[in-house]
Amino acid sequence: MAMGPMNPGLSESVLEEAEPSEVSGLTAVEAAELGLTPSAKPRGLLRRGWEVFAENKLALVSIGFMIFIVLFCFLGPVFYATDQVHTNLGQYLCKPGGQHLLGCNDVGYDQLGRLMVGGQVSLEVGFAAAIVSVIIGALYGAISGFIGGPVDSFLMRVVDAGLSLPYIMVIIILSVVFHPNVPIMIFLIASFYWLGVARLVRGETLSLRTREYVQAVKVAGGTGGRAVLRHIVPNAIGTIIVQATFAVADSILILAGLGFLGLGVQPPATDWGSMLSNGLQFIQGGGYWWLIYPPGIAIILTCIAFNFIGDALRDAFETRLQRR
Amino acid sequence: MAPLLQIDDLHTQIKLREGVVHAVDGVTLHVDPGETLGVVGESGCGKTMTALSIMNLLPTGGSIAAGSISLAGREISKLSQDDMRQVRGNEIGMIFQDPLTSLNPTMTVGGQIAEAVRLHRGATRAQALDRAVEVLELVGLPKARERVGEYPHQFSGGMRQRVMIAMALACEPKLLIADEPTTALDVTIQKQILELIDGLRRRLGMAVILVTHDLGVIAGRADRVAVMYAGKVVETTDSTRLFGNPRHPYTEALFHALPDKAAESRERLYSIPGIPPDLVNPPKACRFAPRCKYVTDRCRSEDPRLSGEDHGHLFACFHPVGAAGHKLVPEAASELAPAARVAANGDGEVLLRLEHLVKNFPVTKGAVLQRKIGEVSAVADVSLTIRRGETFGLVGESGCGKTTLGRLVVGLEKATSGRINFQGKDLVKSTGRDYRQQRRKIQLMFQDAYASLDPRMRAGAILREPLVIQHIGTRREQETRVKEMLDHVGLPRSATERYSHEFSGGQRQRLGFARALVLSPDLIVADEPVSALDVSIQAQVLNLMRDLQREMGLTYLFISHDLAVVRYLSNHIGVMYLGKLVEVGPADEVYLTPAHHYTKGLIDSAPVADPKLEHAKVHTGISGELPSPINPPSGCRFRTRCPRAEDLCAEVEPPLVSFSPNGHMAACHFPLQTPMPAAEVSTAAATESVEP
Repeated sequence: MAMGPMNPGLSESVLEEAEPSEVSGLTAVEAAELGLTPSAKPRGLLRRGWEVFAENKLALVSIGFMIFIVLFCFLGPVFYATDQVHTNLGQYLCKPGGQHLLGCNDVGYDQLGRLMVGGQVSLEVGFAAAIVSVIIGALYGAISGFIGGPVDSFLMRVVDAGLSLPYIMVIIILSVVFHPNVPIMIFLIASFYWLGVARLVRGETLSLRTREYVQAVKVAGGTGGRAVLRHIVPNAIGTIIVQATFAVADSILILAGLGFLGLGVQPPATDWGSMLSNGLQFIQGGGYWWLIYPPGIAIILTCIAFNFIGDALRDAFETRLQRR
Repeated sequence: MAPLLQIDDLHTQIKLREGVVHAVDGVTLHVDPGETLGVVGESGCGKTMTALSIMNLLPTGGSIAAGSISLAGREISKLSQDDMRQVRGNEIGMIFQDPLTSLNPTMTVGGQIAEAVRLHRGATRAQALDRAVEVLELVGLPKARERVGEYPHQFSGGMRQRVMIAMALACEPKLLIADEPTTALDVTIQKQILELIDGLRRRLGMAVILVTHDLGVIAGRADRVAVMYAGKVVETTDSTRLFGNPRHPYTEALFHALPDKAAESRERLYSIPGIPPDLVNPPKACRFAPRCKYVTDRCRSEDPRLSGEDHGHLFACFHPVGAAGHKLVPEAASELAPAARVAANGDGEVLLRLEHLVKNFPVTKGAVLQRKIGEVSAVADVSLTIRRGETFGLVGESGCGKTTLGRLVVGLEKATSGRINFQGKDLVKSTGRDYRQQRRKIQLMFQDAYASLDPRMRAGAILREPLVIQHIGTRREQETRVKEMLDHVGLPRSATERYSHEFSGGQRQRLGFARALVLSPDLIVADEPVSALDVSIQAQVLNLMRDLQREMGLTYLFISHDLAVVRYLSNHIGVMYLGKLVEVGPADEVYLTPAHHYTKGLIDSAPVADPKLEHAKVHTGISGELPSPINPPSGCRFRTRCPRAEDLCAEVEPPLVSFSPNGHMAACHFPLQTPMPAAEVSTAAATESVEP
């Protein structure tokens, strides 16, 4: 690296940027004082983020798995068409075999096809609930944190009150009132999940608000709106996206839990949790593994994959790690 | 005499994601019983890693790759963690830099000290607590028996460091490692702590390794010094010889970069070009070669060994300083000397005039209702005048209100009362659009350049933002302006594409400077702009600030705790104490003939990189600590720490009185200089009031 005293003849080619500084009274030697190492073309933020992300091999495998599971659930039925509406008691608990690769359940639905249909519901609810709760929570938290003072106190007490309700009980009551379908499930999960997100983003905003680069905007005569949009939001976006990833996993898990309690979407629609609950009746009889393991493993792997992706994203958004 | 600690060819490595950092690369050192060894060097040179290697407390991924460390003849580098625990805190004590994070906030200080005693001495709880009281008394903690039951947050910074020292001494170690023990403290407290360590060393007969970046700290305290650079010891000898006759070019350059020496002549500071090498792939040759003035081809291909003409003075250089034909030339010194200063000493137009400025922060209690229970008096009735083209230096300990004053001037805080007259307009009263227009005329340079640059924005966008906010020019014009600014601060134009973490500390401060300049301000408030930088980088930034001042006719309000830096840069100095301006006047007059006892104390406390001077000034400085600004002392606020305080000081607040026709004023009932007779004062004041 050319860090030594700069040969004037070389300065134009090696450090062509240093040359105009002579105009302002600085010499080429002084430019070399900076020890500027001419580095490769600067990489964009996304690219550097991706490089850190890609170092986490588990996260890469998880992304692959996620793509697979989405294709499996949404494109799978095209290639493996099954009847998931009409019961067929002739196929009562038939064993996995040629026609039914993963066998059938107690009302004769093909288990592999059911896994796809149930997965559609689980993924839809998971993603939608995560997106809705993160958007609402992030906005609520950012506003609360930035305004501060009594407004912040009030808004946060509302969140505290929400968090103090036992959500399972409330959801049980609501799912009795409403007929649980996909939009209702999304609404129910999001209406609780956003509270945690709001708290997190508010904490992040509080610390960002006092950063010196936010103050620098004020010194230059800028407004509060500019500080929020140009500095606070871009710096909080890492936290928000990471939180969204975990929210997907959590929502799938909550839905599975509700399904397991029999409070999920109603038949003939299903989700992975309901499938698990259904299979549990036959666990004592032994041998009916295809009713338990496929949905259970699907839930576990999907949640683990999202958690790995979230971890890697957190690293990727950490600028300190990007420089290494 | 056998050395107490002998380090031979120590190699310490730290494994990172990419590559291995050779943090310590072949260090050989020894410490004799009862002596103080100073280890100096800039950040990243491996001095802390050497200390941590001795304690076997390396960070994750760190390991001792080769070499030996023996304590009193016993090899300790290969001890198991269990055996090492017996050594740590028992035979070797350690003091860390930040006393707040090194103390457990959930344990009483007595309990923390007692813990070490119980672990190593097997003492009972009561015995250990008695010992804790004993050592706390030893380190000069007043009312030790009452205070053992208190928690760390109930102690001030200086007292916490005393507690840390007490903890390190509880088991009477033979060796005390002090890693930057005073870097986080104010000069007056720093002096007290250094004196304490020195006194204890003599009384207890232990050896001390004093790790620091500050040559001044080393000068007064160390018997021998090891200068480190890029993981190696480059020079080692006793301190008198090192300071009198440095042989390694790096040591010499460090001395020349200190603003103390150039303060009187105001010569351009010598700055070491470039930055230290990357220790992942250290060069095979002399590591200082790329930054060295005396470099030859041999330096670039061969690594010099540590050797010397006589046994007591070793250095690793082929062309040592003082050998034939070498003379360090301060670059173009005379040419830029005092011109700007003389002009500003005269009567430039008044740019900024603060009149009876007051800022109180409310102290509140309760989460929702927020009752006001008191006030912190941060700035109390400060009046001062800054003329165009000059540098006004504001000094004082932390908590004296100098930063708040700067924030008031740039508009980050609203004044409680008083006036900020800037170019004839009162900034406290102006609002809205008018105020925003005025904003651009006063800009701020932050202390922590890294924190002040948005990590998600490229440098180009950061520099352009003030122009966008003020709606100046088209996008193209703005980009041209940004490039001009980069030229001015000596950064390449390609820097616009980079993010702030891709720059080094000095480069970031240049970026911060460029952002302050981009709106063509008249006044720049620089809040401790160099205090986070190494000496050599500090010199680069200070030189740059002076060059651009001359070129652009800038006016600085320069805030710093470092009197040497302030004196070097400033035409006028203001000294603040607990919200009050206690002395103000021309830089040299204030520095050479201080009238206020606090100013004198500050000057005496600041360590000077000269062992003779340091040893000469025993028992000066300021005793005690800064009182709380919530209930400041009545009358003169300095009286609680003043050697000359009398009853009068508690009753009547001293007014600012003049000491020379140049505007040298101080607020003291018993000043160190004779004030001017009142008649002359009024004429001086008259001429002052006529000219704006």
